[in-house]
Amino acid sequence: MNLFYALIAALASSLLALVLHSLPRIQKIVTFSLLGVSGFFAVATGLVALLLSQHLSFELISTLPNLIWRLKLDPLASFFLIVVGIIVISVSFYGPGYVSGSNQKQSSLTSMYFFTGLFVGSMYLVLFAADVITFMVAWELMSISSYFLVIHHYEQPANRRAALIYFLMAQASGLFILFAFSILIKFTGSMSFAVWHGVSLTANMAHLAFFIALIGFGMKAGVVPLHVWLPKAHPAAPSHISALMSGVMLKVAVYGLIRFTFELLPNIYWQWGAVTLFIGTVSALFGMLYALVQRDLKKVLAYSSVKNIGIIFSALGLSLIFKSLSQPLLAALGLIAALYHSLNHALFKSLLFFGAGVINNLGHERDLERMGGLIKKMPHTAWYFLIGCISISALPPFSGFVSEWLFFQTAIQAPLLENEIMRALVSVAAAIIALTSALAAACFVKVYGVAFLGQPRSLRIQEAHDPDWGMRLAMGFLALLCLLFGILPTFTISALNIVSEQLIKTQLPPTESWLRLVPINSKTSSYGAPLIGVGIVVISIATYYLLHLSYKRAKIKGVKPWDCGYGGINQRMQYSALAFAMPIRRIFFDFFLPQGKIEKDIDRINYSIHINDLILQYIYLPLERLSFLFAKRLAYLQSGNVRVYLTYIFITLILLLWTTAKFG
Amino acid sequence: MDHSKIWLTIIQALLFAISAPLFVGITRWVKCQLQNRTAPSVWQPYWSLNKLFHKEVLTATTTSILFRIVPFLVFSITLVIAATIPLFIINATGSTFADVIVIIGLFALIRFLLALAGMDTGTAFGGMGASREMFVSSIAEPAMAMALFAVAMMAGSTNLANIISHLTTYNLYFSPSLILAAFGMVLVALAETGRIPVDNPTAHLELTMIHEAMILEYSGRYLALIEWSSAIKLMLYAALINNIFFPWGIAHDLIWDDVGIGICAFFCKMVVLAVALGFAEVSLAKLRLFRVPNLLGVAFIFGLLAVLIQIIGIN
Repeated sequence: MNLFYALIAALASSLLALVLHSLPRIQKIVTFSLLGVSGFFAVATGLVALLLSQHLSFELISTLPNLIWRLKLDPLASFFLIVVGIIVISVSFYGPGYVSGSNQKQSSLTSMYFFTGLFVGSMYLVLFAADVITFMVAWELMSISSYFLVIHHYEQPANRRAALIYFLMAQASGLFILFAFSILIKFTGSMSFAVWHGVSLTANMAHLAFFIALIGFGMKAGVVPLHVWLPKAHPAAPSHISALMSGVMLKVAVYGLIRFTFELLPNIYWQWGAVTLFIGTVSALFGMLYALVQRDLKKVLAYSSVKNIGIIFSALGLSLIFKSLSQPLLAALGLIAALYHSLNHALFKSLLFFGAGVINNLGHERDLERMGGLIKKMPHTAWYFLIGCISISALPPFSGFVSEWLFFQTAIQAPLLENEIMRALVSVAAAIIALTSALAAACFVKVYGVAFLGQPRSLRIQEAHDPDWGMRLAMGFLALLCLLFGILPTFTISALNIVSEQLIKTQLPPTESWLRLVPINSKTSSYGAPLIGVGIVVISIATYYLLHLSYKRAKIKGVKPWDCGYGGINQRMQYSALAFAMPIRRIFFDFFLPQGKIEKDIDRINYSIHINDLILQYIYLPLERLSFLFAKRLAYLQSGNVRVYLTYIFITLILLLWTTAKFG
Repeated sequence: MDHSKIWLTIIQALLFAISAPLFVGITRWVKCQLQNRTAPSVWQPYWSLNKLFHKEVLTATTTSILFRIVPFLVFSITLVIAATIPLFIINATGSTFADVIVIIGLFALIRFLLALAGMDTGTAFGGMGASREMFVSSIAEPAMAMALFAVAMMAGSTNLANIISHLTTYNLYFSPSLILAAFGMVLVALAETGRIPVDNPTAHLELTMIHEAMILEYSGRYLALIEWSSAIKLMLYAALINNIFFPWGIAHDLIWDDVGIGICAFFCKMVVLAVALGFAEVSLAKLRLFRVPNLLGVAFIFGLLAVLIQIIGIN
């Protein structure tokens, strides 16, 4: 399978959108079909290359001298290619219905189609890249095209600000990555990743390269404290773009970090693992706590992405720690946990964003406090969304659980580490991840309970209904995958083993049967997901028939809910999202510093709570003010007089000449 | 996998289900004796379940189909957990399908579904119960994870059968880490099964309820299934505590003499626990909701300390 097919299809989707601008219906069908085709090719190419463990490389000679585009497809890239492809396929089914429902101007739709194709294509290209130039060009293309997608609803000032923050941080992330690459370029004198194998770096230089790359990729992946763009940008974009950004683009950043650390850098030091684990744990806790207190559905999902990226980074951290302390088997287990969670997060987060998009389109609502009772209005969406919620809460037998289970399996092997501080750190991290999993369940009970269950809280939401077949198919497809990757983990693990073989030169022992997942050996642990899943279903159905046959005479009757005998119960008396999260908001008070406000009107009293992202408020906003202050001072330089500017140019030239002469 | 082990797993699960109401009955009987009340028969929970099964089912019109599916799912998940926890014999097949992390996950799944059912009623009480239940469990669950991680690290395995056989083989009953973990686990068990001091299973005022508020709208056979599952859940926690921290007399393999001893030992230990639970319920007062995190925080710290002692101690 040729790796260019996916790329070409994505770019064709982008270009044909421009050509077909005046034919909106055909434009929509053609662009999304081409996107679907590209996703299909990506999955097919990835599967073939991964399962056959192929290493394909290509070189494209460009018109510029000395510039060669090097492309490569190896198991690691293939795996991420499959993840991207699956989500792109589901987007291609979801998109047409979503776009029709959102009533937008044709010109802004065309630009969205154009940049969507470009965005998807650039993500493929990042995965294919085998030298610095290709990587950076693809990376920047990915950032810029997604910037235009974030700013799609530019009429609202909040979205313009979100897009600006996103753009600035994406650029900063690109700079950091380039800096990290440049260290390796300096030591090897080559741009090609292939040459970098086995480069000898001093420990300090290796540390520098790793930590700068960690900042760069971490910023794009959205780890705390570099996450502030994420909860602003993801909700601003259209829902299928949010799914692509949250589900896939963050994973591309994870891919970059894995590629750089495990393959391009010669050695791995335990400090890297410790720092990655620490950052991951902090992100998981912080993201989860903030997800819990949001009332905008898409913001909940965005903060929950911070949490899941935190888990991926924690698993990577464990893998780095075990690798540096020569425990290759456990390093492989940690890496596989991280990869598996990347896949799972892509699936359920896209599913949930699709659900949020349906509610937004057909119920015209994003605020949880005005939803309710949607399970009766949109039953299909409700069941798919429920599967997403169970998966993201890491509950068996769905997909999210498997990867967290693998994470805990790795962490529990901490006694094998020789360093006592590392042992303690790993256990504390496991404790915090366990806490975030429990909080995730609380968060998604809140989301699902308030949005889909109970009674409608607003008039608009009562008119919601299930979407067309394409959107249902997209959500059903992802829900099915959430189930399959949850109950049949052994197949995925054997595919991931190939990636682990490539990066760590170690595989987990082969599984004896698909009934039981045995990561290390059968004495240590095993998880029989298929049997548990089947057991739950079979026993439920058996109990149902047994009871309904034995107690036929006991009828089922609908009555009014219990109102303590007072009567007059209405939908305003339901527990709200705010009230649901109140106990947790209270015990984690110091994380939020919520500001409650009571306003007295003539006939009513309004109570509102405002929770600001503390990191945004105490780190980024002061920085912003500082830079404005600085900029104001610098403004004196701009007198508007051409002669003064000429003087500046002259002084700069002299300075540059002097530096070149002195150091060059 | 040989067939006797599979049958053993199924028989264990059924034994759990059948004997669970008795355990509740004994606990209630002890409580009544201590409070100087005339005690109902220890078999009373069975009659109550039977009555509920025969009754007409009233469901709130505000609820959706989810509300009517949840009791069956909850019951079957409880049975699946029952099949995976060793009761009086260690080497049954069940434990190889679910290790301690899966068991924690399945308990969380039950809670998740019940909380959704509570939210589905669309009333203040259902939401209140769901919110409080998730709040309590969001601290209790990591505490339980830590307590179990401590023993898992001790045995180098998360498989419950291997953990128990490791602890019995090496006589590790009184290691400091195990005692701390046991304390943490007991506190968590009280919280997760909705007992005093966290929740009161016999509460009558809706505003003070946690677990009961969540299932307030259930009646008839649905309620029976949920009550039965709660009884099994209580017994599952009791069995976890008994078999991990006091594994005296538990049988290793299917040898009839050992199994006889195992059943006797298990029965005695369960009675002791039921009496202890009755004592605790009578002598303690229910905590204010926002004092509960302190209690569970202690459990969490105990679990974490157990882990830390365990991993710093070895060399």
